[in-house]
Amino acid sequence: MASGVKPRVKVPKKAAAGDSITIKTLISHKMESGQRKDKEGNAIPRSIINRFTCEFNGENVVDVTMEPAISTNPYFEFEAKVPEAGEFKFTWYDDDGSVYEETKAIAIG
Amino acid sequence: MRILTGAIAAALITTTGAFADPVDDNLVINGETEIVTRTAAPAHVSDALDEVMSGWLFRKDGTRAMQADDFDNPGMIFVEQAMDTWETAEGSEGKSCSSCHNDMDSMAGVKATYPKYSEAAGKVVTLQMQMNDCRTERMGAEAWKYDKSDAINMEAALSSVSRGMPVNVAIDGPAQSTWEKGKELYYTRTGQLELSCANCHEDSYGMMIRADHLSQGQINGFPVYRLKNTKLNGVHSRFKGCVRDTRAETYAPGSDEFVALELYVASRGNGLSVEGPSIRN
Repeated sequence: MASGVKPRVKVPKKAAAGDSITIKTLISHKMESGQRKDKEGNAIPRSIINRFTCEFNGENVVDVTMEPAISTNPYFEFEAKVPEAGEFKFTWYDDDGSVYEETKAIAIG
Repeated sequence: MRILTGAIAAALITTTGAFADPVDDNLVINGETEIVTRTAAPAHVSDALDEVMSGWLFRKDGTRAMQADDFDNPGMIFVEQAMDTWETAEGSEGKSCSSCHNDMDSMAGVKATYPKYSEAAGKVVTLQMQMNDCRTERMGAEAWKYDKSDAINMEAALSSVSRGMPVNVAIDGPAQSTWEKGKELYYTRTGQLELSCANCHEDSYGMMIRADHLSQGQINGFPVYRLKNTKLNGVHSRFKGCVRDTRAETYAPGSDEFVALELYVASRGNGLSVEGPSIRN
């Protein structure tokens, strides 16, 4: 179990219908690649976030497969079109089976 | 023709030269906190500098932009960790920082005045030393190691609530002798390269130092998140790096010498805004 994992998301509180908005996400995670060795020469097991998804009202916005070369605290910034009021749902999948979720509501105005 | 091209190339080299002037830009954090990144030099350094400038002005566009939004500032991850520590009771007294100090926001302005003279200690202390005094004397907890993660994260958190406030360290009264000592260290050449702080940061700021832009060495932005080591770095650790680069034996973080130097260097930035956690190379 990776420690100190905390998802963070920045989404505007409201947007005009049909607008593209910028979403920023970051999850604090050590992203251990599995390639490193400890002082005794034993391989440190891989422990990364391997998938990140964002949905808007159940519809997929992005679905990212993540690989070991991605550095600590992976950060994603992307645009999404907002046709109606609703909720963004963000999900991060950890190698250890943990799933971290965050939701952000957005209003039309 | 070849000679002519050579002459033009030579002219280009001399005109572009080694100058890397600070940029003309304004820093507003989160669209609300205005940061003073250049201002008239305080009276006690006016014979050496006309204007004091934050190291932010010497960084590239991308690096500067990261600091304008807390979400993009990786230093804020460590600040959040310290915010949790602030609420966590530790030590034999069962107290947390917040047991006495309430919200972190109540500490706004504190960072701007450190290092400062402490009656209790009978000497000038840094913010980290004051934090450890709280931990050992009031909480019954173990002192944090100087400039190590727990201490530097908390210093960054305390700095973050003071952002936008002017640095204002006292250099007179009981702090004066320490300040004088710091000034002497600032102008003393050290190491095999025989360089003082002033040789680079006073005489040559705005020039290139190898591939990097040389700033005035202001410390209003500390603790800084450095892109080269992806963590927060303390003032004393930075001093140590600089002194080492002159090829000298360095003082230790937390030593009397570095406390004095921190007070003096901080005083050179009196009037600049507290900026930490800032982002630098």
